[in-house]
Amino acid sequence: MSMGKALPHDAAPLHVTGQARYVDDIPLPADALHLAFGLSQKAHAEIVSMDLSDVRAASGVVAVFSAEDWPDMPDCSPSIGDEPLLAVGKVAYVGHPMFIVVATSHLAARKAARLGRIEYRELTPLLTVDDAMAAGSRFEGGPVIWAKGDAAAAIASAPVVIEGRFEVGGQEHFYLEGQIAAALPQEGGDMIVHSSTQHPTEIQHKVAHALHVPMNAVRVEVRRMGGGFGGKESQGNHLAIACALAARATGRPCKMRYDRDDDMVVTGKRHDLRILYRVGADADGRILGVEFTHLFRCGWSQDLSLPVADRAMLHADNAYFLPAIRIESHRLKTNTQSNTAYRGFGGPQGMIGIERVLDHLAFAVGREPLDVRRLNFYREMAEAPGALPPDPRDIYAERMGGRPGNAVDLTSEGAPGPAPGAEIQTTPYHMPVEDFIGHGLVGELERTSDYRARKAAIAEWNAGSPVLKRGIALTPVKFGISFTLTWLNQAGALVHVYQDGSVHLNHGGTEMGQGLFQKVAQVAAGVFGLDAGQVKITATDTAKVPNTSATAASSGSDLNGMAARNACLTIRARLADFLAERHQAHPSEVRFEEGRVIVAAADYAFEEVAALAYQARISLSSTGYYATPKITWDRVRGQGRPFFYFAYGAAVTEVVIDTLTGENRILRTDILHDTGSSLNPALDVGQVEGAYVQGSGWLTTEELVWDAKGRLTTHAPSTYKIPACSDRPRIFNVALWNRPNPEDAVGRSKAVGEPPFMLGISTLMALSDAVAACGDGHIYPALDAPATAERVLAAVERVRGDV
Amino acid sequence: MTDIAFLLNGTPVRITDAPPTRTLLDFLREERGLKGTKEGCNEGDCGACTVMVTDEAGPRALNACILFLPQLAGKAVRTVEGLAAPDGSLHPVQTAMVEHHGSQCGFCTPGFIMSMAAGHAAGRKDHDDILAGNLCRCTGYAPIIRAAKAAEAASVPDWIATERSFIPAQISSGGEAEGMGGQTAPLSSPPMRPTTKDALATAYAAHPQATLIAGATDVGLWVTKQLRDLDPVIFLNGVADMKGITREAETLRIGAGATINDLLDAVRGPIPGLAAMLRRFASHQVRNAATVGGNIANGSPIGDGPPALIAMGATLHLRQGDARRDLALEDFFLDYRKQDRRPGEFVEAVTIPDQAPALRCYKLSKRFDQDISAVCGCFNIAVEDGIVTAARIAFGGMAAIPKRAAQVEAALLGKPWTMEAVTAALPAFAQDFQPLSDMRASSAYRLKAAQNMCLRYFLDMSGMATDVLEVSA
Repeated sequence: MSMGKALPHDAAPLHVTGQARYVDDIPLPADALHLAFGLSQKAHAEIVSMDLSDVRAASGVVAVFSAEDWPDMPDCSPSIGDEPLLAVGKVAYVGHPMFIVVATSHLAARKAARLGRIEYRELTPLLTVDDAMAAGSRFEGGPVIWAKGDAAAAIASAPVVIEGRFEVGGQEHFYLEGQIAAALPQEGGDMIVHSSTQHPTEIQHKVAHALHVPMNAVRVEVRRMGGGFGGKESQGNHLAIACALAARATGRPCKMRYDRDDDMVVTGKRHDLRILYRVGADADGRILGVEFTHLFRCGWSQDLSLPVADRAMLHADNAYFLPAIRIESHRLKTNTQSNTAYRGFGGPQGMIGIERVLDHLAFAVGREPLDVRRLNFYREMAEAPGALPPDPRDIYAERMGGRPGNAVDLTSEGAPGPAPGAEIQTTPYHMPVEDFIGHGLVGELERTSDYRARKAAIAEWNAGSPVLKRGIALTPVKFGISFTLTWLNQAGALVHVYQDGSVHLNHGGTEMGQGLFQKVAQVAAGVFGLDAGQVKITATDTAKVPNTSATAASSGSDLNGMAARNACLTIRARLADFLAERHQAHPSEVRFEEGRVIVAAADYAFEEVAALAYQARISLSSTGYYATPKITWDRVRGQGRPFFYFAYGAAVTEVVIDTLTGENRILRTDILHDTGSSLNPALDVGQVEGAYVQGSGWLTTEELVWDAKGRLTTHAPSTYKIPACSDRPRIFNVALWNRPNPEDAVGRSKAVGEPPFMLGISTLMALSDAVAACGDGHIYPALDAPATAERVLAAVERVRGDV
Repeated sequence: MTDIAFLLNGTPVRITDAPPTRTLLDFLREERGLKGTKEGCNEGDCGACTVMVTDEAGPRALNACILFLPQLAGKAVRTVEGLAAPDGSLHPVQTAMVEHHGSQCGFCTPGFIMSMAAGHAAGRKDHDDILAGNLCRCTGYAPIIRAAKAAEAASVPDWIATERSFIPAQISSGGEAEGMGGQTAPLSSPPMRPTTKDALATAYAAHPQATLIAGATDVGLWVTKQLRDLDPVIFLNGVADMKGITREAETLRIGAGATINDLLDAVRGPIPGLAAMLRRFASHQVRNAATVGGNIANGSPIGDGPPALIAMGATLHLRQGDARRDLALEDFFLDYRKQDRRPGEFVEAVTIPDQAPALRCYKLSKRFDQDISAVCGCFNIAVEDGIVTAARIAFGGMAAIPKRAAQVEAALLGKPWTMEAVTAALPAFAQDFQPLSDMRASSAYRLKAAQNMCLRYFLDMSGMATDVLEVSA
């Protein structure tokens, strides 16, 4: 009753009245102190001397710490221990924290942090992937290479060969709430930490390590974040550790928040990369073999770069069956911010490579890109185990039958039939693709968006418009759901039913705006037959649910929803047993519906049952646990089943460009996205809309620029431009596919956080289409990302042969 | 000693020892415990700190992070905590945002709510414009716009509609004077808040080293980002006789204290070419604070006001004490951040023609709204009998100062107004400008775009569609 309802975000009434409390809003004792980092001004240098006397003498300063103060410098890395909290001996990027100021106010700390007198001996910085390749500066011994089939041979014998080089920019998270943490010292050396983090257990672990105490001495609480997007998976460690150390040293509560500019200068971003590709295909555009090279700029420390780059490799196929493929992935170490998790976690970087290939290939063979895409799709899902969704192709055919004028003959475009008994196709990493719905979903979107007719109308319009050109593109998404580090695919929950029937819910997931808490509350309420409003949502707390995984990889509701469900089921079973015995019924006959509990002829209010069970000494509290089934993964060999299932989607974007300046606008976007049986369609549509706009921003206006000295010159919203209100598509149609997940995920739903981000790739491809309309079909636009107005104009000039 | 009184969510507040550059945002969060107003960027670019400030001109949205307390004297401030009715019933925009799923992480939401409430109070339905200064990273804006539309029809709640009439009575009724907790060192001189031009002239002549603060949309960042202690300061927003925009003969005389939005309202009908530019000047909140005089006197090479005004042939009116002088606006800009302004001299007004049918301003930036120009090209060319008889072309972002394209103008003057002649004039751009490369654009792109803007102007004046905004799917 509760699952599937389009309820508002649980905190919406608090958001709109300013009552929703973020870390900086938590009242601290009056003696609380505030921290700021002194930052390196050099990209790569030895620290010859550090004179902090002016810092210490500044107004309001209570303490100053640098490497000298902590011979055993605490580490902040989420991976291999290569991120000392403060630079020791050397700085590795502009923005590298060098010392900590502890002062009586945030402003006093910031002011003092600028007064350090540092003498550097500059070393040559490695700033670009070319610098790093030339110097052999990388993580892991060499490139990671995965192969399936003989790509080189397939390309060598292919009738059509294309190759290209594609620069893809990074992306600043620009969570509206910057990084922040506060630490409150407790008796006996214990520490309570409030952190804006997606990963409370990591904070707990790192703080405990820094304080040399066991994890049980540190409690981390997270009620909500003002946005995360992956940027708060590991990047909050520094602030929490710094606060904890300062709190221990001073005995006073300590808080640290980065000013926005510091946040952008200090923290890692989405990895930018260069993609090199070589592709062999037949004359229709059917891919025979692909070679990809990924050059990832990882920054100065490893952080999460390896799994990010892995996931890019895992999405190098997107929705396409690639019979022969070789991927070579370089994880390059540079003197720049340490790039980190960002929504999609490498998936977008991998996926955009193959979408670029399809766009280029369609151009090369002179065919409609959608036809070439579809020709290369994986085979459609046949019989799935478990609950069977309706075959979308049947629905499609039926509807098409009713509208012959729009009918498109799928078979002529190479869509395979269900082909009973046909071999299941596998991904480049040998995972069978059993749940592919691309044909049905894309067919439906093609129809609802009126893609073909609009494409024709645009061509006609372009012919009569010399200055402005329109473009349109449809791109699909197939995104693998599960952490590729298999052990992370577990979650816990803690549920209490109080004697008045009210329910208290806690789980390991964190709320960053995605509506996770409401979804899990809906799951929990559903088990008890209650309204979601009767379930109290509480802050994530490492003292309630231990050993949590980061709220990441889109897994929040899948994992925590199941864990909470299991906790609720345990309690419900106890209640059912109790009532069954009382009424001489079988426990399975006890029904929990609409706030009532019905057994035999009796009909109780839920709160009555809770009170009776309490008096009968039945435990009304339970933990719940869940581990994702079916997944296995050998990262070194690049083989296995890293994903429980795939989430799908597709978008059609139409744009207009100005060929005089390269300025552009999104005119219309149509999206059909697969969230399985949605746990909450309103929240899911919100995720899809937001992800699309964020994905489009990545590929259009969001440009990160470093100068020749390695300084990030786009370090504030004045220079780094995320989409504003008027950048959303002027017509924006979003629909959910809404067929159950064939796998037994919570409520047969599918994860939604990351997959729709990659719908934004359609924006880049629509721009490419518009640019192509400026030429005569001989020169491919080869539009790099982000496609700023400047890059669009350059591409226009390129296809016109002006350069 | 300064003494500032204003209404805060309907309650009088008096502050007697405010450091002059204490921001409203810090005051709300640190002194008042009003934590609903958020800091997102601390530079007026994200809107998370938006509050509603009401004075005799009505309610408007402003960024609290770059709003200094002395700027609030005599006004009424409402924060997100004070938007609901005294009985707790929500403002229509709050209800609509809940019902239409307009918040996700919620951090930007208070700012959106306040921008929406101010827009709602003014009956505005151009939500993209009203909300251009509020960034949201979660929603993609679609549900926020749905909420804004849903709230359009609701009437303005009484406690918002009547606030302005209560201000003087409430403020004069007192409120306990309070200190500021000694957040900064004592000042050598209290902030000056003249209320007339004459008083300003006297004060500034006596303290020529003072920093003049009008809207604080740039000076605010000197404080919040450069962490400068400004002392002494003179606040201009109380100078009532410097805000007017008056028609004189065939000109508009714009008081230096007029806000960009005041100017936008004044020229929307008569000078659409200028209005189109001003619509893209920063954001609604910034235009509500920033002044025409500040935008000029600041001398930024990338300010959007000066190129447009230069293309219109604006005359600048400067004053120093009782001495006044006029000069062509383009002559005011000497070199990077160096203006022809004497110690103690201030911009009093600027005069422009009251119409400019041939004016077109093209702003090129990475993002359409609320961005700083990479190139801002303003064209105003007179053609009689097919011949160019006058040409004023001015650019921002192309040189160290807002600058006329003198060589291009010369190449066009006296020539037939044809594509051939325009194309022939394009090489002259390279003589006028050697733009730099920075994070906004490369030098080559700037030059190319500037030339293409000239082509666009020709096509635009010939009636051809050249604006991406003219196209719909």
